[in-house]
Amino acid sequence: MKLIFEKSRPGRGSSYLPPCDVPIRQDMPEALKRTEAPELPEVSEIDLVRHHAALLDRVYGVNRGFYPLGSCTMKYNPRINEEIAGLPGFCGIHPLQPEHTVQGCLEVLETAEKLLCEITGMDRMTFQPAAGAQGEFTGLLLIRAYHQARGDVRRTKIIVPDSAHGTNPASAAMAGFTVVSIPSGADGCVDLDQLRAAADDETAGLMLTNPNTLGLFDRNILEITKIIHDAGGLAYYDGANLNAVIGIARPGDMGFDVMHLNLHKTFSTPHGGGGPGSGPVGCRETLAKYLPEPAVERDENSGALRLRKGDPASIGQMKSFYGNFLVVVRALAYVLTLGREGVPEVSRNAVLNANYLLKKLESVYKPACSEPCMHEFVLTIDDIKKETGVSALDFAKFIIDQGIHPPTMYFPLIVHEALMVEPTETESIDTLDEAAEIFMKCYMTAYEDPEAMKKAPATTPVGRLDEVSAARFPKLKF
Amino acid sequence: MGGYIPSSSDERQKMLDQLGMADIGDLFSHIPQEVLLKKPLDLPEGLSELEVRRAMEKIASKNRRFDTIFRGAGSYNHYIPSVVKHIAAKEDYVTAYTPYQAELSQGLLQGIFEYQSMICALTGMDASNASVYDGSAAAAEAALMCRERGRNALIVAGSCDPQTLHVIRTYCSAAGMEVIEAAAKDGRADADAIASAAGAGTAAVYIQQPNFFGLLEDVEKIGAIAHEAGARYIVGVNPISLAVLKTPAECGADIAVGEGQPLGIPLSFGGPYLGFMACKSAMTRKLPGRIVGETLDIHGKRAYVLTLQAREQHIRREKAGSSICSNQALCALTAAVYMSAMGPAGMKDAAVQCMSKAAYAADKITAIPGFKLYFDGPFFHEFVTQGPVASSVVLARLEEQGILGGYPLFGDDSGCILWCVTEMNTREEIDRLAEILKEVAAV
Repeated sequence: MKLIFEKSRPGRGSSYLPPCDVPIRQDMPEALKRTEAPELPEVSEIDLVRHHAALLDRVYGVNRGFYPLGSCTMKYNPRINEEIAGLPGFCGIHPLQPEHTVQGCLEVLETAEKLLCEITGMDRMTFQPAAGAQGEFTGLLLIRAYHQARGDVRRTKIIVPDSAHGTNPASAAMAGFTVVSIPSGADGCVDLDQLRAAADDETAGLMLTNPNTLGLFDRNILEITKIIHDAGGLAYYDGANLNAVIGIARPGDMGFDVMHLNLHKTFSTPHGGGGPGSGPVGCRETLAKYLPEPAVERDENSGALRLRKGDPASIGQMKSFYGNFLVVVRALAYVLTLGREGVPEVSRNAVLNANYLLKKLESVYKPACSEPCMHEFVLTIDDIKKETGVSALDFAKFIIDQGIHPPTMYFPLIVHEALMVEPTETESIDTLDEAAEIFMKCYMTAYEDPEAMKKAPATTPVGRLDEVSAARFPKLKF
Repeated sequence: MGGYIPSSSDERQKMLDQLGMADIGDLFSHIPQEVLLKKPLDLPEGLSELEVRRAMEKIASKNRRFDTIFRGAGSYNHYIPSVVKHIAAKEDYVTAYTPYQAELSQGLLQGIFEYQSMICALTGMDASNASVYDGSAAAAEAALMCRERGRNALIVAGSCDPQTLHVIRTYCSAAGMEVIEAAAKDGRADADAIASAAGAGTAAVYIQQPNFFGLLEDVEKIGAIAHEAGARYIVGVNPISLAVLKTPAECGADIAVGEGQPLGIPLSFGGPYLGFMACKSAMTRKLPGRIVGETLDIHGKRAYVLTLQAREQHIRREKAGSSICSNQALCALTAAVYMSAMGPAGMKDAAVQCMSKAAYAADKITAIPGFKLYFDGPFFHEFVTQGPVASSVVLARLEEQGILGGYPLFGDDSGCILWCVTEMNTREEIDRLAEILKEVAAV
């Protein structure tokens, strides 16, 4: 397919602005002027619309079909929330308007904070982080500020299990910590002896995903957070897998001090092909004074909402303004829709769907661990690979040809030939049954016609890509 | 109560039967009792779609949306062609994940590749990433890219957006990088101050063009100072202004960053916006975040794929330069559609209209007795005036008339206001603004 630049024709284009109604002025030294126009495409509006129609035929979203991408929570993105985020009263508001003209925006942030704190068991929350990884970075800076304020400057280490998402150690390093990686048990759960050995007076904190990246709820969770607290550290909860437990159990009650949520996972805001997300950070009251600014607060006298700035204890600002606001608007609409009864129904059905699908696959596939799973499960096809030569990558590519999105592959790193499946609660029994049939077909094909799997995908506009050349000789622009 | 669970209760019971469970609560029986919630959450009752629409519309109605806006300061009111909103709202773009499975995501990957190409065309740089959180985060990430053994200080020209400086400080202090703010002089970067701060320990110099006060900086001169000291040069740019201004590449930048919001993204109370980052080829492998590259498939067909992933957190873990994973992909795609719709001529038209109207407005305002330009020198679409009355008085009067006035600076009593004028402001609006200021000043 042609690039838009290849459809460009000199002199083509649409005019969207009226003629300038004041005298043309470009009062600047010649030395500052651009001499050659940027090489942007020159296309008519219909060229542009058809170009994107063609591109859209080559994109697969949740709206098209099943998307069981483990750890990504690809649930349905309610259309009403898109419409609400598009209200002029939200998207037409300048971020530096006087506070009395943005009381609605501030109310969105205040209400979302209140509801999400109740769901997570946290005391306070900031919406400034733009994504989960920035949430981690923010939360770790809170931990750092806490220890520094106490003069406890030796605490430079963050413990991260080896089953964690890559963002955990990367964020810890960004926040200036040394990462102590501890091996997990075979089930992905924390090895308590390893944890006890690692936790000491240099430990600033622990980062943990629970349910873990194998989809298991760590039975020892209270002991884990106690070990960290006894060592003088703080416990950070990675909310990537929160969809398994909302309305069922709360990170705050598990002993966590600080956490992030992914509104683009648990709270149904769309992933947008990679973003924008939103990674609000919740914390206990003891950490609240370190939260990023500006922070929303209510004036006790007037009852008006306002933005607090200039607290020297604050870790500062993570990005301009107040976060990915319109993403928070969507998440708030979602929580208001679900309400008290609907929130736990999310997790119940997410866990039900995962267990149902796992049960259907267990006859031929080997789960990475034998425990009951939560909202997702990990299969290892290591044995299948040894017998047939067909890898997790081949499975994923073959699944594409069956008309659904493949599961996450090769994660977590502690499982060989991993396929990580997260159906989410918004899929029906029919979709799960169809997916189970597809997985069964994959299994049969691996033994009957392994070459067919290695040639997959065959139904997509392009076949497998030469990724090595792409990285060795990068061509990153037209 | 609303909800999005498709299976009926009979179907769910059937699923539980298959699992040998009587009750859905049995799914959680392995969770320690102590952490299970004993009572329902203290949340309101769920709402139907009609109710939630009403509730959210009610909240939105507590905001005041201004039809006439003369405020910028990091968030800019531009015309967004209808086609941009329509394409950016397409369900597949909106509901897809990061394009890990390239064969299934060629449309998205090509769209991002086109975005990267357009950012390179605007900035004159060699390589762009697929976006970061926003313009300030882009500046901060760029600073981290420049760390080298023995070079651990960033000099920031004090004429930049104060929010950008805040974010740079947050990122750099975490990384143990020193941030030296070289105070602005007469509203612009102070070359002497930067030169005296620069040295063998300087990793990079950061400057913003046009700067926070709207003024045009001598970007080349500061770049020469940075390079003289052996440091990298980071230039923060406004993408619309690049239709008429010399590219950061031509001005000696090693890295160009900026806020992409002016490229078709609504004001949105500050987000989601778009951080763009582009660099010279020598630094490509230090860029954070996703990057799309062109390659071939097994049949020799041109195709696109996420590339240079060995830089990223999922491979390098704690050794990655940044932890960024999710970015602002849909905003990047929106910007690409905007730039395609406007084309080089439309972008230039918008930029020239911004500049012309800002110049017109500045003339009108400074013609009022008591008002003057606070800083000398050429500006793009923002400028600072000083008036004879407190800024709050001026802005309150404008607000009464349905106008969001400029952004007050240097304390209320200074009477200083940073105005922004774009193609959205008609001559009539500007004339009316001047009339109101005249009335306020006359009281």
